[in-house]
Amino acid sequence: MAIWLTENSKIIVQGMTGGEGTKHTRRMLAAGVKVVGGVNARKAGVTHEGLPVFGTVKEAMEQTGADVSVVFVPPAHTKAAVREAIDAEIPLCVVITEGVPVHDTTEFWAYAVSKGNKTRIIGPNCPGIASPGASNAGIIPADITTKGRVGLVSKSGTLTYQLMYELRDIGFSTCVGIGGDPVIGTTHIDALQAFQDDPETDAIVMIGEIGGDAEERAAAYINEHVTKPVVAYVAGFTAPEGKTMGHAGAIVSGSAGTAQAKKEALEKVGVRVGRTPSETARLMREIMSSR
Amino acid sequence: MDLFEHQAKELFAEYGIPVPRGIVAHTPEEARAAAEQLTGRVVVKAQVKTGGRGKAGGVKVADDAADAHAKATQILGMDIKGHTVHKVLIEEASQIAEEYYFSFLLDRANRTFLAICSASGGMDIEEVAHTAPEKVAKVPVSPLTGVDRARAREIAVAGGLPQQALDGAAELIEKLWAVFVDEDATLVEVNPMILSADGQVKALDGKVTLDDNANFRQPEHAAYVDKAAEDPLEARAKEKHLNYVKLDGNVGIIGNGAGLVMSTLDVVAYAGEEFPGQPKPANFLDIGGGASAEVMANGLEIILSDPSVKSVFVNVFGGITACDAVANGIVSAFQLLQSRGEEVTHPLVVRLDGNNAALGRQILADAALPRVELVDTMDEAAKRAAELAAVGA
Repeated sequence: MAIWLTENSKIIVQGMTGGEGTKHTRRMLAAGVKVVGGVNARKAGVTHEGLPVFGTVKEAMEQTGADVSVVFVPPAHTKAAVREAIDAEIPLCVVITEGVPVHDTTEFWAYAVSKGNKTRIIGPNCPGIASPGASNAGIIPADITTKGRVGLVSKSGTLTYQLMYELRDIGFSTCVGIGGDPVIGTTHIDALQAFQDDPETDAIVMIGEIGGDAEERAAAYINEHVTKPVVAYVAGFTAPEGKTMGHAGAIVSGSAGTAQAKKEALEKVGVRVGRTPSETARLMREIMSSR
Repeated sequence: MDLFEHQAKELFAEYGIPVPRGIVAHTPEEARAAAEQLTGRVVVKAQVKTGGRGKAGGVKVADDAADAHAKATQILGMDIKGHTVHKVLIEEASQIAEEYYFSFLLDRANRTFLAICSASGGMDIEEVAHTAPEKVAKVPVSPLTGVDRARAREIAVAGGLPQQALDGAAELIEKLWAVFVDEDATLVEVNPMILSADGQVKALDGKVTLDDNANFRQPEHAAYVDKAAEDPLEARAKEKHLNYVKLDGNVGIIGNGAGLVMSTLDVVAYAGEEFPGQPKPANFLDIGGGASAEVMANGLEIILSDPSVKSVFVNVFGGITACDAVANGIVSAFQLLQSRGEEVTHPLVVRLDGNNAALGRQILADAALPRVELVDTMDEAAKRAAELAAVGA
């Protein structure tokens, strides 16, 4: 078993007929992922990449039994797409789109809460979620790692890949890219909780970066609820104050959101924090080899 | 993007929010003319995108036009926390009866919006919240229901505002909510929001932060960009749609993915500690997922035109984009630069890992590009790039 995404997951792609949607649907299919259809109101009824295109998420679910949606819809229409997924009560909605206005994300999050959080939202601005050997929803390269017993949760896509690759001999249960925006659906804490409860995960890698206080809150959560070993990495120690470093959420404001504060909060609760991605991989290797 | 105070107030005025009359001046002469036009006592306020300008002497009252000229002379050119004052706002002096605090902002942690209101205005609200938290009302605002006049009044009451200010404050708060939503702001702050001697509630200061992700539906926000304050290299990079931030070191950095590039900056800074002069990263540059030859060439061109750069570290993890494609991109970038009459004059340390890394390394080895060195791991490559920068290669 893995968290949230298993070999039984059936995936639909919102925005499948667009450029990014097409490219990544093709990649997912090539990796053996069960993509069962796409959604585009204007192209309902056509076949794309050999898959049926439906007018709505609801219809796609009814026709295919899909339980996961991956969203590649452009920023101007992302809010509407996610609201539709929430209305259809699809269990998992993975929002890959980068550049979504934060008012839109905050609104669809509030909408999800008002509907009783029946849909788990991952992202936006994230690489998605991969359970190696089982399924892969999003744009995480399928072939850089193997199935194993480490769980990974990260704000950054490429750092996720870096760690997946460095620990490819040990392997992962599930890797979750939660995204680098200021407001996101699934948080570090959600993933930590799921990994703690997952019998097939033995240890957890957590990757954070400057901005906000998600890592500090994760540290407090680990202290109270996580008994499995956690190794962490935080990027952005040398980032200047007030500059957005690529990710919309990656900004140090005054003395808040610094990498140093995050590292200290994590170390205070016994989490080992690597100085570099390689050292982080080494720390995890030590933990797994001593088991 | 943060707005200047005068821009925030111009925006407020468009939404019918009462603000003092004011005129922007770039020279003491303009300040004099502005004061003459406004008549009477004026306030000369430094326009800088940072707090604490009052304490720094950036806000002064002037009795008449000649005095406004004198005060503007003092303030223009002043340095406030690293920000040079290039313009001042000349504003009619207000008769202040009371000062309050108000803001709407994005609450990242709780994934909602927050209204903050306090009858203790005019000072650092974080300080007030720390010393007297009961004086600061923090009211969550759902994006689904928003703020109407009645809700606005509730917030003003929660903040402890007195009876005589409630009507005016409620109207102002309702309009500020419209600014916050319609302009895709992540912060609108009025500190102080004042009750004037004649009983009017006004925005005496204004701070607004706009969400750059919303630029596609806010075309008029482009006019707020402060071109004069932009780093010239950052401006050039922006024109080429590159995600670039200028830093103060001498190792040029190119990588793919914001997290990996941030991490690269750290690793280079750590490695630099061991070398003379302690080389540091010269920039942040994320070329994104599908690094084409053109993007790579544009990135290299920007970095090589930075006179402080002594060496360059190209750090790529091949995820979706395989490393052979990235290597071909680097080779083409060199050809492209050559055809533009540019030459790669600094050493380039390249680390390729991930998908098809061996093939990518082979392509670069075969191309035998001048001054390009391949290093296997990120840590070793960072060390080599720092070393090369230290010897001034």
